[in-house]
Amino acid sequence: MDRLLEILGRIRPECNFETAKDFIGEGLLDSFDIMTLVSELEREFNIFIDGEKVTPENFKNLRTLKKFIKEYLDLGNSELVVEKTPRS
Amino acid sequence: MHYKFTNKKISGILSVVPENCVKFEDEINNYGFSQEKMINLQKVIGFNERRIVKGNECTSDLCIFGLEYLIKNNFIDKNEIGAIIYITQTPDHFMPPTSFIIHGKLGFKDDVLCFDINQGCAGYLYGLLQAFLLLEQLNNRKVALLVGDTLSRRAYYKDRNVYPLVGDAASVTIVENTDEDNEILLNMITDGSRNDWLIIPAGAFRIPSSEHTRKIKHYPDGNQRSKEHLYMNGPGIFMFTQTDVPRAIKEMSQFASLPLEKVDYFMFHQANRFILEKLAHKLGVPVKKMPNNIVEKYGNSSSATIPLAICDNIGDAIVDDSFLIFMSGFGVGLSLGMLIMKVGPLDFCDILEM
Repeated sequence: MDRLLEILGRIRPECNFETAKDFIGEGLLDSFDIMTLVSELEREFNIFIDGEKVTPENFKNLRTLKKFIKEYLDLGNSELVVEKTPRS
Repeated sequence: MHYKFTNKKISGILSVVPENCVKFEDEINNYGFSQEKMINLQKVIGFNERRIVKGNECTSDLCIFGLEYLIKNNFIDKNEIGAIIYITQTPDHFMPPTSFIIHGKLGFKDDVLCFDINQGCAGYLYGLLQAFLLLEQLNNRKVALLVGDTLSRRAYYKDRNVYPLVGDAASVTIVENTDEDNEILLNMITDGSRNDWLIIPAGAFRIPSSEHTRKIKHYPDGNQRSKEHLYMNGPGIFMFTQTDVPRAIKEMSQFASLPLEKVDYFMFHQANRFILEKLAHKLGVPVKKMPNNIVEKYGNSSSATIPLAICDNIGDAIVDDSFLIFMSGFGVGLSLGMLIMKVGPLDFCDILEM
């Protein structure tokens, strides 16, 4: 999951994502950053994230985001993994 | 609320964009973006280039330019127009209604009904709804539906949440009665509880313009703007497009007893490429049936994006052929409009530069 910090660091290199409690509330991520993050996560982890799951709660901080990604990667939780073939 | 009409048609669409083209790569210093981030945003959101007015041109100038072109080239006869509906969030003045200014400048007859509607992203659907209602009374007269915005003038250049997205454009759509027994279905949804998610907070009557409201403020996310600039709750609007919108589209499909695979094109409000790709996937619709190229070519011009998407993507084909089109506009209000109708063959469907 260090990859997650790497991705976040690429999006906002000037921010400390490890200590932040609320990425959106503290201004670390705006809406376009979130969309970029989703796109990067899809590419990095070979998943397709349902837009409905892109909630402020899931993208609140490192802990919630790790949990969110873990659920996607967990094959036992197929509800979150919509499909593995992204855009055409 | 659902609406159903028959014997109405769109007979022509003309979009007008400013000649002035700005490139995202020339603006990245405004936002402190790195080269890598710029490339990412270009790829994901579709930021590339957009059309914005250079000076103090108004939306009505774009509309008048389009109307003059149509009249001069005999695409429309001024005397056939029975009503002018003007949809914008960027009027010339608080008063009078801008539609009256357009009426006066072009010398329309005094029995032409004129009114303005303040609407944005779903504005094209509001305009078509009003046009269909009016046509019940207009017999052989036509409606000139004018939609558009020049919101670049109300977006601050250091607000990366809004400024790189906003484009200026307008569109003229002619709507008229027809003998064809074609069914048109609309559904309009309103959620006023989220009215502050897309807002220009000050400068009108609730919070009049003052030195305080004009002062540029720095926000925690690094963006800058005043109270008189456009504000968007980006994460909230994104969620709206991914939850409320697909749910309503599916309900509309059921109401119309129309499987989505039978639709030729989904001409949706061009919020940005990422949102439209996610929507297409969520609805199980091929991306090629839901064009998402308007933000990258022109920017997001609120109510003008749907007609602009039609003109840009199928403008050549639709003058010879007809297509079943599912339109949807969603945004400010919050508003959500959906329409299913057969469109074409059109008398004209083109894009002009002003």
